[in-house]
Amino acid sequence: MNPSSGPHAVQTENVCRYYPMGSAVIRAVDGISLTIDRGEFVALLGQSGSGKSTLLNLLAGLDRATSGSVIVQGRDLAGLSSVELARYRRNDVGMVFQAFHLISSMTIMENVELPMRFAEVERSERAQRVRESLERVGLGKRLEHRPSELSGGEQQRVSIARALVNRPSLFLADEPTGNLDSRTGEDILVLIRDLSLSTGMTVVMVTHERALAERFAQRLVFLADGKLISSQPIPSTSSGQALSPKGEQDGAPMRGLAGSEEARA
Amino acid sequence: MKSYDMMELAARNLGQSKLRNGLTTIGISVGVASLVAMLSLGVGLQQLATKRLAGSGMFDTVFVACKVDARGWDREEDRKDQNLEKAPALDEAARDKMAHLPYVTEVEPEIRVMGEILYGGQTHFGFVTGLPMSARENEAFDSLQGKFFSRSDADEVILLNDFAKELDPKDPKTLIGKEVTLRYGEHQPLAAGAQASGTPELGAQGSGSNSNDDYGFSVVRKTQPLKVVGIIDEEPYGGMRTVSRGRIFLPVDLTEKLNMAQFSDMRSPLRGQGKTFMTLTVRVKDPAKVAQVQDAIKHMGFRTFSVLDATKSLRRFFTVLDLFLGIFGSLALAVATLAIINTLVMAVLERRREIGVMKAIGASDADVKQLFFAEAGAMGFLGGVLGIALGFAIGKAINIGTGIYLHNHQLPAEPVWILPAWLIGAAIVFSIAVSLLAGLYPASRAARLDPVQTLKYE
Repeated sequence: MNPSSGPHAVQTENVCRYYPMGSAVIRAVDGISLTIDRGEFVALLGQSGSGKSTLLNLLAGLDRATSGSVIVQGRDLAGLSSVELARYRRNDVGMVFQAFHLISSMTIMENVELPMRFAEVERSERAQRVRESLERVGLGKRLEHRPSELSGGEQQRVSIARALVNRPSLFLADEPTGNLDSRTGEDILVLIRDLSLSTGMTVVMVTHERALAERFAQRLVFLADGKLISSQPIPSTSSGQALSPKGEQDGAPMRGLAGSEEARA
Repeated sequence: MKSYDMMELAARNLGQSKLRNGLTTIGISVGVASLVAMLSLGVGLQQLATKRLAGSGMFDTVFVACKVDARGWDREEDRKDQNLEKAPALDEAARDKMAHLPYVTEVEPEIRVMGEILYGGQTHFGFVTGLPMSARENEAFDSLQGKFFSRSDADEVILLNDFAKELDPKDPKTLIGKEVTLRYGEHQPLAAGAQASGTPELGAQGSGSNSNDDYGFSVVRKTQPLKVVGIIDEEPYGGMRTVSRGRIFLPVDLTEKLNMAQFSDMRSPLRGQGKTFMTLTVRVKDPAKVAQVQDAIKHMGFRTFSVLDATKSLRRFFTVLDLFLGIFGSLALAVATLAIINTLVMAVLERRREIGVMKAIGASDADVKQLFFAEAGAMGFLGGVLGIALGFAIGKAINIGTGIYLHNHQLPAEPVWILPAWLIGAAIVFSIAVSLLAGLYPASRAARLDPVQTLKYE
């Protein structure tokens, strides 16, 4: 149970997720065994319907496996009650989505604060943590605005800040760049990679943009029809460079630039 | 989730669709208002009835009768008392014993005899009634013109206004201070040999077959000068006493001193008894002690009746009335409950994605359920408070309306609608409880939502 005792951040063994569909059964995830190391940045690739999002939901504890096991930091998610699973989601997992899924009636600050309400973080601590989280994603202003008043990239930064605010060890991103133009999408991935490096959290990202995945992830995992096709580490020449502290420094001015561009947009 | 966080989120969610939630809340408040208005009408009517009885001065009074005379007062008691022959007589000795019971202040016979007032050369017939000094407190004397009796055996008379008009149609008020003459029948024990001489003008006597002859008595015509001291509009203890309406009121001790012959005196020779009372009116110092005094008198072997008995059946009537008013009032609240369910189900459908997001970032099923409960409860609370305000306004309107109606019928205004403090608290609690009940289904539906389905990219 001790997170530091297990060798892997995530380990799935022959995990399956089947849905009944009329008389037929959809095998969304069909026996995937996968091991992800602590601090690793893994991209899940595949056609739509390949099961990558379903796998991500299983890792997130939003969905339960039909069979097989999902072990995150030594804990088998199948053995958790729904209350424990909720606690796992709020304390150990940060998740972002293609559609951002911010709550439109809440301000930026309130959106970022929301997970802390569920985690019962003391009120006095919250404002500070909200500010910290937003600063990490390069947003320090317009905190009282509503999500709809921000650009797509900014909204995704807010949702990343929300995912970070409870200091998760596992960061899950479901097509985080899907709704963004390529330039903004790149900025978001730079941010996610940098956060992974600075906090040591494990990142699992679902995407269908192979080129982007190759640039930022350390490993590409290909799925088709709910099965694992291949798992390819990216040679350190391309993504390994980014691991250097230099890359992180490079990222910082870029982020600032991107932020101001989006603000004007 | 901490409760203040839940309250805050619930409040913000309610604020999101102000119109819909506002209308639902108004729906609840109408329901609560109708319930409050109905129930407080019941309370008001009950208090009005009780006050009327209290004003009649009878809450501190026990009526006592011999079991033989009291047949028919209470059928159940009748069935219990089979052997009435042995029932003790309500005579002077019994009266004396009662007067010495703790908490008893007065024991007066009920005197109601036929009499005539001679005034201005004319004779006016009327029933003569004896009034104890405590009758001054009776509401009938609110309209007293002139004065009350100076002493309980003063040679004074108070007349009913209608009767005074017979005496002096033009200005009955001028009678006050004037002297009139009362002609009445005096109860006289039979003098030895009187039966043989046949002197009494009007005679009543025993069967004559044995020594029971002693129980007969004579009724002798007498006159008594009286000073008119006051005029009243209504007979004191009006609705509570026997059939004939008293129009001439004398201090009770005077009536006893004059030894007026009553109808009920006829019973004594028939039963072979001396002078007995038809009924005695026992006045108790404190209304709370009425039951105790009543028990003591019952123990002496007499039949008793008090307003306490009357209020028992009155209370039963009002319990049934309250129940019906409550049911009618609840109908509107039942409709409001459906409105809450509808509103919250709509909210669940609308906020599917939001619920999914909350679950994805760590909300448990219980958190989601409680959030919807909090929203239902908040609407219930607001609706309850608003409803009481509205019910209060409706009640005031009822009071004003009945006030105008009573005024048009030359009656004094009385509040028929009273909102007691307990009803305010109960209505709010009830409103919240009903709202939470209504929130049960929508909340569990929200909690059951599958986040994977709700978060699918559309």
